[in-house]
Amino acid sequence: MKKNDVQHAVEQFLYQQADLLDTKKWQEYVDLFAADGVYWVPADPAHTTWDGMPAIFAEDKNLMTVRMKRVLHPDAWSQRPAWGTNHVVSNVRIDKVAKNGDVQASSRFHMMEMRRDDVRHFAGSYTHHLKKTKGGYRIKLQRVDMTNAQAAYDYVLQVWV
Amino acid sequence: MLQERIADLSKYVEPDRVRREVYVDPGIFELEMQRIHERYWIYCGHESQVPKPGDYYTVQIGRQPMLMVRGKDRKVHVLYNRCPHRGNMMCGDRNGNTGEFFRCSYHAWTFHHDGRLRTIPMMESGYSGTRFGPDNPDCSMKKAARVESYRGFVFASLAEDGPTLLEFLGEAKIAFDDMCDRAPEGEVEIVPNCFRVIQRSNWKIFLENQLDALHPSVTHQSTGRAAHEVEKEIAKKAKKGEAPLSYHMLSAFATVTIDKWDAFQTLNYPYGHCILTGYMGLRPQDPDTLAYDKVMIKAYGKKRFEEIVGVNIHHVLIYPGLSVQSPLQQLRAVRPLGVDRTLTEIWHFRLKGAPEPIYRRSLAYYNLVNSPSTLVNADDLENFWKCQQGLKSEGGDWVTFGRHFGRDSEKAGVVETGPNMGTSEAPMRNQMKAWAEYMGNGR
Repeated sequence: MKKNDVQHAVEQFLYQQADLLDTKKWQEYVDLFAADGVYWVPADPAHTTWDGMPAIFAEDKNLMTVRMKRVLHPDAWSQRPAWGTNHVVSNVRIDKVAKNGDVQASSRFHMMEMRRDDVRHFAGSYTHHLKKTKGGYRIKLQRVDMTNAQAAYDYVLQVWV
Repeated sequence: MLQERIADLSKYVEPDRVRREVYVDPGIFELEMQRIHERYWIYCGHESQVPKPGDYYTVQIGRQPMLMVRGKDRKVHVLYNRCPHRGNMMCGDRNGNTGEFFRCSYHAWTFHHDGRLRTIPMMESGYSGTRFGPDNPDCSMKKAARVESYRGFVFASLAEDGPTLLEFLGEAKIAFDDMCDRAPEGEVEIVPNCFRVIQRSNWKIFLENQLDALHPSVTHQSTGRAAHEVEKEIAKKAKKGEAPLSYHMLSAFATVTIDKWDAFQTLNYPYGHCILTGYMGLRPQDPDTLAYDKVMIKAYGKKRFEEIVGVNIHHVLIYPGLSVQSPLQQLRAVRPLGVDRTLTEIWHFRLKGAPEPIYRRSLAYYNLVNSPSTLVNADDLENFWKCQQGLKSEGGDWVTFGRHFGRDSEKAGVVETGPNMGTSEAPMRNQMKAWAEYMGNGR
């Protein structure tokens, strides 16, 4: 793939991922992860691994499935009313392309969330380790460094950022 | 107006119900801060948070911004985070190292780690002949009236008089004994990460929920079911046929059905402290636990080991602001921010000398249950907010705590729930009884 094609393909992938969150297509979102994929929001920007560390999120596909099933359960009280989100993803940079087509990419995001009458903002950077497959990219690791990760949380986070 | 209310406070609490104003009246909140939080023992932090001289953490006690600092003398001091000169906050960061001494950012007054004045710029020419200077104690940073620690857990009281820390904790000190004894080295070490989550509700609502055995299977049904489904799928696929223990911690919210929670017991103590017994079946026989058992037996001997792991505690609530889950080394400190806003500071600990997989168990609980992406507390927080909203309503004057009322047994000031009455509202009755005593005990 040419350099510009990789840039375009990764951008489209990130936009699609953000859209799945904003449209609450949870299963499709989880399916973007490789079988051994991990979604990680470090508790501290200095952390270099999710394994064995306190983390705001550190979820493999099984845990992501628990979260999805919980959100969809009719008695998940905190989902009523549900929230709305809007993600904007930008500043996409391709950091590395391996010979087999696997990619490491960095980007910036801004997420606005609305629940009842309350608006919250979360912003920061994504680092995606993407595996190239026949069906398109799959996420091996997504690291989310929120600028406001260390701030006190006024209420909690319900799903992935 | 406050004075008029003080006389009335006893009428707000009856043995099996309390008036709604107790949760929503800002005047009562101010009195609570004066009479409870700024007088009795409040948890500041763990000694391992400040290992080196000059290390400090800021901490809120009632309405008072304080500092917990390790001195050059190795002692842990608790000071008001305030320069005595013009009232400037001394440390603006949440934590850090202040170096050899504190130095005010406004006029460079400096102070020793124990708060004593060290230097003032041009002190001799500026202050000779005035009543200010090193001989005036008002020119030092003010210290908490009393500081004591128990097994590394540091508490401060802003009142000169009152019970000692151990008198105050009484039987509830088992929270720290149980946690530390489970370490082969008899000590725990803090994992230096604090999750901070704000609850939009009165601080007492959180405390009441901590030992409320009726709520888990109602509030946390969705997470319990979801985890149970995935747990079964993993077990089906896995060769050994078992999902990690963390799934069990979550699925228990569905598998331990509402009727089974009566099998638990609460023990209710003076000052409002409570213990909820029961341990979600967490003494498994997997290889990790067996390896840990071996290390423990080597450290303590078989007899003492059995005593230690036989301690049957789910939760210990230390009134008015600490919730400890000793078997999983979790601690939540409650900092009231206002009548309808409460900050929880959530920490976990490593058992010194225990194998890594045992720490991973504690970590899994910390991440899944206590992080800001919690699969469990989200629904609690929603309920707390709804409670606070509902209590503003004049649709009723009372909050009731009548479940199994009149069936508790009391021996030497300790209220025990009867057999098969684990869902009794005795802990809430006990907390409000203590509250009335604290509040009636005005300065």
